[in-house]
Amino acid sequence: MAEETYGGVYADAEPVRDRRRPPAHRRPSPAHPDRSSPGEGTYGRVREGLRAYRLITAMWIRSTMAYRASFVMTTLGNLVATALDFVAILLMFSRVDVLGGYRLPEIAFLYGLSATAFGLADLAIGSMDRLGRRVRDGTLDTLLVRPAPVLAQVAADRFGLRRLGRVTQGACVLGYALAAVDVTWTPLKVALVPLTLLSGGLIFCALFVAGAAFQFVAQDASEVQNSFTYGGQTLLQYPPTVFAKELVRGVTFVLPLAFVNWLPALYVLGRPYPLHLPAWVAFTPPLVAAACCAASGLAWRAGLRSYRSTGS
Amino acid sequence: MGTGRLYAAVAAGGFRRYATYRTATAAGVFTNTVFGLILAYTYLALWHERPHLGGYDKGQALTYVWVGQALLMTVSVMGGGFEDELMERIRTGDIAIDLYRPADLQLWWLAGDLGRALFHLLARGVLPMAVGAFLFPLALPSRPLVWAAFLAAVTLGAVVSFAIRFLVALTAFWLMDGAGVAQIAWITAMFCSGMLLPLNVFPGVLGEIVRALPWASLIQAPADVLLGAADPVAVYARQLAWAAVLLAAGRMLQSAATRRVVVQGG
Repeated sequence: MAEETYGGVYADAEPVRDRRRPPAHRRPSPAHPDRSSPGEGTYGRVREGLRAYRLITAMWIRSTMAYRASFVMTTLGNLVATALDFVAILLMFSRVDVLGGYRLPEIAFLYGLSATAFGLADLAIGSMDRLGRRVRDGTLDTLLVRPAPVLAQVAADRFGLRRLGRVTQGACVLGYALAAVDVTWTPLKVALVPLTLLSGGLIFCALFVAGAAFQFVAQDASEVQNSFTYGGQTLLQYPPTVFAKELVRGVTFVLPLAFVNWLPALYVLGRPYPLHLPAWVAFTPPLVAAACCAASGLAWRAGLRSYRSTGS
Repeated sequence: MGTGRLYAAVAAGGFRRYATYRTATAAGVFTNTVFGLILAYTYLALWHERPHLGGYDKGQALTYVWVGQALLMTVSVMGGGFEDELMERIRTGDIAIDLYRPADLQLWWLAGDLGRALFHLLARGVLPMAVGAFLFPLALPSRPLVWAAFLAAVTLGAVVSFAIRFLVALTAFWLMDGAGVAQIAWITAMFCSGMLLPLNVFPGVLGEIVRALPWASLIQAPADVLLGAADPVAVYARQLAWAAVLLAAGRMLQSAATRRVVVQGG
């Protein structure tokens, strides 16, 4: 929900320069940036994308670190801003003992998982909601002619290290929850916590990518993406018992947000899920995350292929 | 051109400027509706646990959610209105041209911001509220007089919000980069305006403090007028007092700041 202002200067004019760049024949041709050159598999493309992502992020981190005081302040601001949601929950619990049948440590557990997973995705590719602006003003063309996958470039664009604030805040709440929650820990439950964070983060990443793909079509509509990313994150901070059954069904079967934290967390807490799903569903988040990533990848390709430059 | 007509034209310009971005507005309406939906369910759970919390019944609490969503942009709780532009003008020095104009700086920006507020009230306020009324049993008043009283409180809330953000923007005269102050300002506004949670739900002394602060004029005050939870006259008196104090402070800060402006020749 938080709209962030960006300081600093655009580095658009400056392509990523690196002497270790692969020779030209191994790079995808600039005219078809989303297609690999013949003879190169998916593996090579992914590796190249990750490499471009790493280089661009490193550049943005260097640029951020040029103003250290500003970095510390914006990170703190990011932390405080994201903490507001939890402050609201604390204020609610100053007046009640349970909400939707859940006590504070249990809700903090849900909150911590959702906020940390979202924080990781936001840190990694949170600037993707700026894509609409690039489509509108035509600066996406610059990315198309660069010898690196467009998705990696857009994902790393204006990488904001200050978003560590959000991750830190989520992790702190999760830490409190793990200490305070009344759970008999089994190895399975312990293993489920990091697994949930990882797959939850990937599901949110998929949402960011799908949202960006949507912006090729609806350039001004970056706020719609916010409803699913920030809105989804807010929804998952509360237990599913709070919401209407239809809404819970919607975020389980249509937009699989429930796999970010609700399903695994309710297994850990030993609570029944309102929809009577079999118990093994709690372990499916990695599969769902993989499916989401594949689907959003397809959406991204379709979006990028439909791109028509402003021409100016 | 008469002075009144000048500021009316500026206000109309502010309205039209935001009305240009239709897709963005539609997307914003969608976002307000989604967040309203999520908040409405959490409030339902809260009021299920504690009926009559903060003096509201369930219907009033639900109405509060949708009033908050309708006013979020109108009274610019999260900032991002004129103040970003004003700060940029101060940073680049364009402010010197503004000061040279035969129009009052504060009134000029106030008029533009009220135009924007009116657009956001109509475009971002009405539709989410209608969706909320369709999905939930809201406690909306039937008497037109109450709605008129509500609109008056919203107007005063928009003025108080402007006065705060004008002060925030003027800090750029000293700090150059106002991003930090702007961030502190919107976080404070989120917490103290009643956007996070109705201020009458805040516990003990904390509740008394936030209800006395100027930010209470933004969301809590108009909502209470609409819900019939407060006497409109007392609400207006408090809003007017804050608006007067903060606008006067803005003028004082402005005159202190403009003494710092040095226009480089060339």
